[in-house]
Amino acid sequence: MRIQATEIIDTFAEAFEMWAARIIITAETHQWATAAAQSMTGFATSVIGCKCEAGIERDLTADETPDRRPGISVLLFATSSEGIGKRLVERVGQSIMTCPTTACFNGLTSESDVVVGGQLRYFGDGYQISKQLDGRRFWRIPVMDGEFLVEDRFGVQPAVGGGNILILGKDMQTTLRAAKAATKAMREVPGVILPFPDGVVRSGSKPGSRYKALFASTNDPYCPTLRAIAPETKVNADVNSVLEIVLDGLDLNAVEVAMRHGIYAAARRGIKQISAGNYGGDLGQYQIRLYDLIKDQ
Amino acid sequence: MSLKLSLHTVPEVPLEAESITPDRLADLSEADIAALPVHHGNQQSSIGDFFSVSGNGNSEIQIEGDLTRVKLIGVGMTYGRIIIEGNVGLHVGAAMSGGEIIVKGDAGDWVGPEMSGGRIVVKGNAGHLVGSVYRGGRIGMRGGEIIIHGNAGNEVGNGMRSGLIAIGGDCGDFTGVNMLAGTIIVVGKLGWRCGAGMKRGAIVSMHDAELLPTFSYACTYQPAFLRLYLLHLNELGLPISDAHMNGQYRRFSGDAVELNRGEALLLKS
Repeated sequence: MRIQATEIIDTFAEAFEMWAARIIITAETHQWATAAAQSMTGFATSVIGCKCEAGIERDLTADETPDRRPGISVLLFATSSEGIGKRLVERVGQSIMTCPTTACFNGLTSESDVVVGGQLRYFGDGYQISKQLDGRRFWRIPVMDGEFLVEDRFGVQPAVGGGNILILGKDMQTTLRAAKAATKAMREVPGVILPFPDGVVRSGSKPGSRYKALFASTNDPYCPTLRAIAPETKVNADVNSVLEIVLDGLDLNAVEVAMRHGIYAAARRGIKQISAGNYGGDLGQYQIRLYDLIKDQ
Repeated sequence: MSLKLSLHTVPEVPLEAESITPDRLADLSEADIAALPVHHGNQQSSIGDFFSVSGNGNSEIQIEGDLTRVKLIGVGMTYGRIIIEGNVGLHVGAAMSGGEIIVKGDAGDWVGPEMSGGRIVVKGNAGHLVGSVYRGGRIGMRGGEIIIHGNAGNEVGNGMRSGLIAIGGDCGDFTGVNMLAGTIIVVGKLGWRCGAGMKRGAIVSMHDAELLPTFSYACTYQPAFLRLYLLHLNELGLPISDAHMNGQYRRFSGDAVELNRGEALLLKS
């Protein structure tokens, strides 16, 4: 199938069951909320190396936040509910509590939850104060600019991680422009984050390595420089740059919708193919076929 | 359909009507409800001697008439809603743990003493000892919310341990006396000696107040948690302004004769 001049490969993205939390960060100004969100979502590109994946879902106006201050919605994903609890305590404690004027609230209603504020409260060294309002518990932790307000428990829910598209272009500039257009379109979908730098990853990986200590290594079939020697290369002669967009979503539908938006936004003159990364279907619980995403469009 | 109780005979002495709760009246016929006992002074009477009954009370009870001498409505209720169209007497919602009581007029003393959950809303004024502990006890209100749109008397939140009491108007003396924890917000003015003997908890006022010498000034700041409470109260119809939301509050720690972990937050004018 083709969209404009771009061939869509008949393959699938292999996605995984994950757990997700939504963190609402508010602050005196949007700038401080953004600073906290960027810190919290830093070094959270892949569960392989970072233990979690996180990204900014969207900016929130003051009317949308619990305390009517400017805010940011962040989504964080991990492979287990236990793991997500640990990551939340680490990142809320190190990146949000440390940022001037911030407060931090749960943004998911779910049957499952993890204790976050209830762990961080001990930083208050006995001076912390509990407040309960409308069935929700908050902790007031004294800090040097006043108090850090954090919700006691955060909802977590099953989610989908590892959705992706691969953009194969004629040159780096064209592929970058297509990737930027795709990430912009994909970020419009609620409940989705793109955890890699500005949404794009160049170092796609395959499972395993010739080195025993590594369980992932470079995705040589998609490295243009290896086209002449990689035994399973998937890079055609007219392709000189490949970029991947990885996405995580609160549910499968959100991931599928975002992938569809990304494919249509990226397809253009100079983009030779759009494909997706998978592991033969042996690892992930979900297979998102590219043809299924675009067949009815 | 809700149950309607209309007062047809005004009691000459206080009427103890603790049987009027959704828990007691659910699924009863009108005749069965009318036969339920109430105490008129030292005499046992029945609901039907004072109220005409119509409908059924599965979850909502509407009560009409001047109930100033009717006590203990909603005692121990766990769910449902009671709407009192006018004034009500003492001990409304005592020890309730769930549901909602709305008083469209004034309430007497002892609104929601020792309650642990649910919400009481008084559109008018309330008497003394809102959300307090009974004499001889140690712990007052343990949870839930009491919202008084008008003024309240003395000893609001005496011995309170958890929950929220909000007063739209002024308070009498000894607000939060012996408070263990919880939150009291007074949009109007506080009387004398607020927080006397408090261990923990927060007493907030939108006006300056004369505090006991055992309260010490800490700082002037914008408490983040207070915005949540004020937004909540604004949704419930209390007169919360932008100045209250965005203002600076002076924090005092007290009571130093106790744990000194309580706080008085006074809006800086």
